[in-house]
Amino acid sequence: MPDVVTVWVNGVAMQIAPRSMVSAALLTAGIPCRKSETGEPRTALCGMGICFECRATVNGVPHSRTCQLICRDGMIVETER
Amino acid sequence: MKQADVVIVGAGPGGIAAATAAAQHGRSVILLDDNPAAGGQIWRDGVEAPGHRRDDEESAARTQALQRLETCGATLLFGYRVFDAAPSTLYALREATGDDNVIAIRYRNLVLATGARERFLPFPGWTVPGVFGAGGLQALVKGGFPVHGKRIVVAGSGPLLLAVAAHLQEYGAQIVCVAEQAPFSRLASFAFALRSHPAKIRQGLRYRRTLRKTPYRTGCWPVSAFADEKTGVLRAVELTNSAKSWKEECDLIACGFHLVPNTELASMLGCALRNDFVDVDENQRTSVANIYCAGEPTGIAGLDAALLQGEIAGHSCAGQPAKALRSRNRAEKIFAARLQRTFQLRPELRSLAKPETIVCRCEDVRYQSLAARTSWTDAKLQTRCGMGPCQGRICGPATEMLFGWKMNSIRPPLFPVSVNAFCLSNAQQDLTQENA
Repeated sequence: MPDVVTVWVNGVAMQIAPRSMVSAALLTAGIPCRKSETGEPRTALCGMGICFECRATVNGVPHSRTCQLICRDGMIVETER
Repeated sequence: MKQADVVIVGAGPGGIAAATAAAQHGRSVILLDDNPAAGGQIWRDGVEAPGHRRDDEESAARTQALQRLETCGATLLFGYRVFDAAPSTLYALREATGDDNVIAIRYRNLVLATGARERFLPFPGWTVPGVFGAGGLQALVKGGFPVHGKRIVVAGSGPLLLAVAAHLQEYGAQIVCVAEQAPFSRLASFAFALRSHPAKIRQGLRYRRTLRKTPYRTGCWPVSAFADEKTGVLRAVELTNSAKSWKEECDLIACGFHLVPNTELASMLGCALRNDFVDVDENQRTSVANIYCAGEPTGIAGLDAALLQGEIAGHSCAGQPAKALRSRNRAEKIFAARLQRTFQLRPELRSLAKPETIVCRCEDVRYQSLAARTSWTDAKLQTRCGMGPCQGRICGPATEMLFGWKMNSIRPPLFPVSVNAFCLSNAQQDLTQENA
């Protein structure tokens, strides 16, 4: 297994430990996942796929729960900005 | 279309035990879970911190259970979440793969081992980035979020708080304090009653040893979280013990008020609930003849109960009731009742939310727009509370605590799915009915 995997967060390359979750990558980078209905920045809350606060677009699929997805090399993550 | 004698939803300890037991009797088994691996929340695998060591007793049980699962012959489906059902059929969608990845799974017997989630109570600032669930932060740390050197306040209620605090500290976090809303008197009698569960006492003592320098404040709860006005970054939390309130500076808050059973799938399938939990008989059978339920959805009792009840359900599905396990299960049920009494939420927690506090995070519905509503359905219709992607899983239990509302409108899809996926499941249902 490689020492790190590279994921692209909003166009910027980011290296993270293998088997990390996409939600953890976003938290590590300090990037909120989404904007709420009234414009608040939101990040993961429940960590287990229930609350949907951590959703982002992953490899083109919108509303993906990033806490349920393991970072893969070359993964493209786009958050709501 | 996939099919098996026994289909199990949820690959935590209960689901693993059920799969292994049913497979032992030669039954074909499918075990599915929306997480990427087996283990559920309590046995969640993840990124190890440098120098971090796993608890030996717990780790051995986990390794053994996972090995038995791997070799028992069950088909394992990860990353699939069930969103709809027809008689003897579940429909599941694969996460983040687009619209059309729907599978139908037919079962002769079904075991629901859907676990529990944390209860969240709204307080000013609880939507600020940096405020997490307690188990939530633990899961995210296992998922690779580093907390080394971070000052963390662990707050809320339940035995999970100590486990989470100990775990975060092992990852290098500085635990400012653990704030447990239950009063000391209740916790003391709970601890005394645990003498009949030596393994649970040993575990508790291990956590206390890890946290020997950390204050464990009982009868204490969070009132408000504060973000820096310029950066929006969390900087402090106000705690109270009703006599006095004070601020603790922190980088993160891990806050959950005990657990809520995941009963949505059981409800959708028509299984009867009793006192908010799935009603089961001594074989873990629900009110629907070929559906069984094990672990937290039948009563919050933790790991040992889930393993035991999963095993009972697995044997029962194979027509081999496990009478020898029943007396232990009765003891676990007593433990569940004791947990519920001990960590019962104090009424003061109902007044944490201020008029402008967001209650429903999906739709940003504030307390003031909910206060005038008469029921869960009324709130949904008038304010969109509970209508967002989580389908009320977070704000539902909160409004039950705040207003006494019951969530009584469980229907498919259980999770938001694309119209394509939903139509696909309906088209397959029509086909199934025509063939029948």
